[in-house]
Amino acid sequence: MTLELSHLNRRFAGFSALDEVSLSIAPGEFLALLGPSGSGKTTLLRILAGLDYPDSGSVLKGEEDFLATPARERRIGMVFQHYALFRHLTVTENIAFGLRVRPWRTRPSRAKIHERVDRLLARVQLDGLGGRYPTQLSGGQRQRVALARALAVEPDLLLLDEPFGALDALVRVSLRRWLRELHEELKLTTVFVTHDQEEALELADRVAVMNQGRIEQVDTPEVIYHQPATPFVCEFIGKVNKFGVRRHAGGLAAGAWVCEGDPWPERYNAAWAYVRPEQLRLAVPPAQPAWDAWLRHIYLAGSVAHLDLHVPSLDQSLEADVASEDLARLGLQAGMRLRVAPRSAVLFAQDAGGHTVERERWIWHAQDRVHA
Amino acid sequence: MTSRLRRRPLGWPRRLARLVLIVLALVFLLLFLVLPLTTVFIEAFRQGVGAFVEAIRQPEALSAMRLTLLVATIAVPLNVVFGVAAAWAMTRFQFRGKAFLGALIDLPFSVSPVISGLIYVLMFGAQGWFGPWLERHDIKIIFAVPGLVLATVFITLPFVARELIPLMESQGSEEEEAARVLGASGWQMFFRVTLPNIRWALLYGVLLCNARAMGEFGAVSVVSGHIRGLTTTMPLEVEMRYNEYDYVGAFAVASLLALLALLTLGIKTLMEWRYGDELATHAPGGH
Amino acid sequence: MSILRQRVLPGFGLSLGYALTYLSLIVLLPLAALAWKAVGMGASGWLQLLSAPRTLAALRLSLGGAVLAASINAVIGLLVGWVLVRYRFPGRRVFDALVDLPFALPTAVAGIALTTLYAPQGWLGRWLEPLGIQVAYTPLGVLVAMVFVGFPFVVRTLQPVLASLERDVEEAAESLGARRWQTFFRVILPLLAPTLLTGFALALARAVGEYGSVIFIAGNIPGRSEIAPLLIVQKLEQFDYAGAAALGAAMLLLSFVLLVLVALLQRWSQRWAESSR
Repeated sequence: MTLELSHLNRRFAGFSALDEVSLSIAPGEFLALLGPSGSGKTTLLRILAGLDYPDSGSVLKGEEDFLATPARERRIGMVFQHYALFRHLTVTENIAFGLRVRPWRTRPSRAKIHERVDRLLARVQLDGLGGRYPTQLSGGQRQRVALARALAVEPDLLLLDEPFGALDALVRVSLRRWLRELHEELKLTTVFVTHDQEEALELADRVAVMNQGRIEQVDTPEVIYHQPATPFVCEFIGKVNKFGVRRHAGGLAAGAWVCEGDPWPERYNAAWAYVRPEQLRLAVPPAQPAWDAWLRHIYLAGSVAHLDLHVPSLDQSLEADVASEDLARLGLQAGMRLRVAPRSAVLFAQDAGGHTVERERWIWHAQDRVHA
Repeated sequence: MTSRLRRRPLGWPRRLARLVLIVLALVFLLLFLVLPLTTVFIEAFRQGVGAFVEAIRQPEALSAMRLTLLVATIAVPLNVVFGVAAAWAMTRFQFRGKAFLGALIDLPFSVSPVISGLIYVLMFGAQGWFGPWLERHDIKIIFAVPGLVLATVFITLPFVARELIPLMESQGSEEEEAARVLGASGWQMFFRVTLPNIRWALLYGVLLCNARAMGEFGAVSVVSGHIRGLTTTMPLEVEMRYNEYDYVGAFAVASLLALLALLTLGIKTLMEWRYGDELATHAPGGH
Repeated sequence: MSILRQRVLPGFGLSLGYALTYLSLIVLLPLAALAWKAVGMGASGWLQLLSAPRTLAALRLSLGGAVLAASINAVIGLLVGWVLVRYRFPGRRVFDALVDLPFALPTAVAGIALTTLYAPQGWLGRWLEPLGIQVAYTPLGVLVAMVFVGFPFVVRTLQPVLASLERDVEEAAESLGARRWQTFFRVILPLLAPTLLTGFALALARAVGEYGSVIFIAGNIPGRSEIAPLLIVQKLEQFDYAGAAALGAAMLLLSFVLLVLVALLQRWSQRWAESSR
């Protein structure tokens, strides 16, 4: 059943953790709440879990008022940021906890509990470790115990609070893939909180980007990345070059580069342009408008090379990314001069006072598709 | 800080300084702590084991022991329940006046034992607030067992709470929240998650609380009335015998209390070694 | 729409309600009785009580002795804490455990033991007597007992801080050419000052009100070696409840003022320690 969150507000002393947040969560989807710390994502998750309550707003599950349902009756599985494993109980006892505390009428028999715990241990690849205590496990193992414990109660909704936050990089990536596979298999509605954009984009069906208690954009990872709705999303997701453009005779321009065909000819005379590093063309033919740039340095980072380009006419540096193997093909060397222009850009209008008009977004693509 | 590799050997002036500091500290500890403790046992056995045994087998001594046990058996559980409740409220919820509540819990530590006894005399004594009413209903509190219990409860009130609050603060409430989300009821959460997590700290608090309850002198001395065989606890019995120049008798009872102190220290040290990580970091436990 | 706000963790009302009721009955109400009785004595009664030479002498001994004892404990506590944390020697753990003895030993037991030791024929008194030093039954005896009961506070507050003190800081100071004693007085001591003051305050609070361990060794000579708590007991024995209450209230107020002063000093030293970091 769809979970419908509408107009949630939550204030803590002095600041607004949630500000008119509305969101609907479809059955079976894998949703990421992505944002910097203090953006309200954890508060939202805790409200879903019944660990916190909004000052106003509603959460409906079909016809049912989800907020009026106590935490223990919501059929939720939650994995806490630091796992919150019961330190005095073994792995088996941790996983069985949710079943053992049920009233005797609905409590499964001992044998049933045992069987289900064994099944879950196998599922999270911890067979044979049931007798250990949490302190005797590695971080990745603890995380999987927490997950098994949450799944044991057969929840309708799985909530994960920074599930990979406390793990080191290698374990993180493998657990991430594993979690995605598990989700494909169980089709359990899952909401997870993260501040790591890579994690959100890689794992989730949909991503809700949050900032200062508001949801800036909710969409699939592709749309979030290529069509960011607000300047915040532009800057928070991926790397991006930002520069100002002003109206000239031919349209909005920055230095020698013009982006023709803007939708605001009579209304706005300036805008902010955001260009992804991989959306910069490096060898624009002389016939087309472009900036003269000086390649100051090449930072080789494995499969990708980051180019530090200084553009005198913008009086700033831009970053361009190319595949490492293309460096030689393009004959790129530090110190050389290049003609550079964006292939696409996201622009936000600026009003006369210099303020960004967030709802005036324009996604610009170069007309001719001549690749550098 | 465990042993860290020294980068260079120490020169002799430094080694000498070290030795002098260690010797100074140990001489002080020996003269100031070990010597008084030894004195208690030596004085108790000054006239031999027979005199010692006789001194502690006298009916007054036995009734003092019984009374001390009785008072501790009532006061300690009361403060355990209070300590758990106060620590739960203080560490799991935000509310106005929390700092004030914390200060109030600590207050008995900074009140003179004599004043701790005095305040109950002023409440329940013959000239106290409830004195006339109590007299009319023939209820005795001051110069009777209830007074001893009240004064002891006051003196030992902070021990358990003070031990639990920092520990529960540092443990956080995530495990309890997890239990709730998994469907545990309030009491299930308390008995299956909270209590097991604080058991050693609780026991530690009980240990200190009990040692103080059995050894308290000033506060109970004010409310006791020193009625032999009825309202004298062991420390009061020590005082009375000492003032009657019955030194062997006084030290015999005192040696039992000293033994209790040593036992407490031993268990306490053992617990700190074994379960140090499940206890709060040790601020001094008050008086 | 209105939301039924629940707390996730149960028992707020129960635990807070119980704790407050308990504290009110055990602590607040009796203290109110003290205040009420003390105020009831009136200004003239207070003046008469507090201007009596015997009262003044007792208060001076209790407060002055406590300040002196806490100062001595700060020095000895620093020494013992330092030795126990920094050096390894046989029996260290036993000595470390023994530091708590004054907490654990009932005060009456400590009182008679100290008296026996320092009495003119006692093991220690015997050696001090020829030197013209009399400890038992003098104000010096009061001081000894106060040092004894307050001793663990400074050591126990200092130990964790000493243990967490970064060796790097000392090594840095030495690499800059500081001598050992310079390092100690210019680097370590300022860092320890706030903690040392905490220990001082705890030892002070304990010694001001101390009764059991003091009365045996003090000799209780009015005007000379009689402490304030004993005066309260004597007033109670003479059924002078108002006088006892007033003296008790005065003591509470004085020790409160003393502790506020220490807290201010501590805040000041803390700010200084932080800004110099």
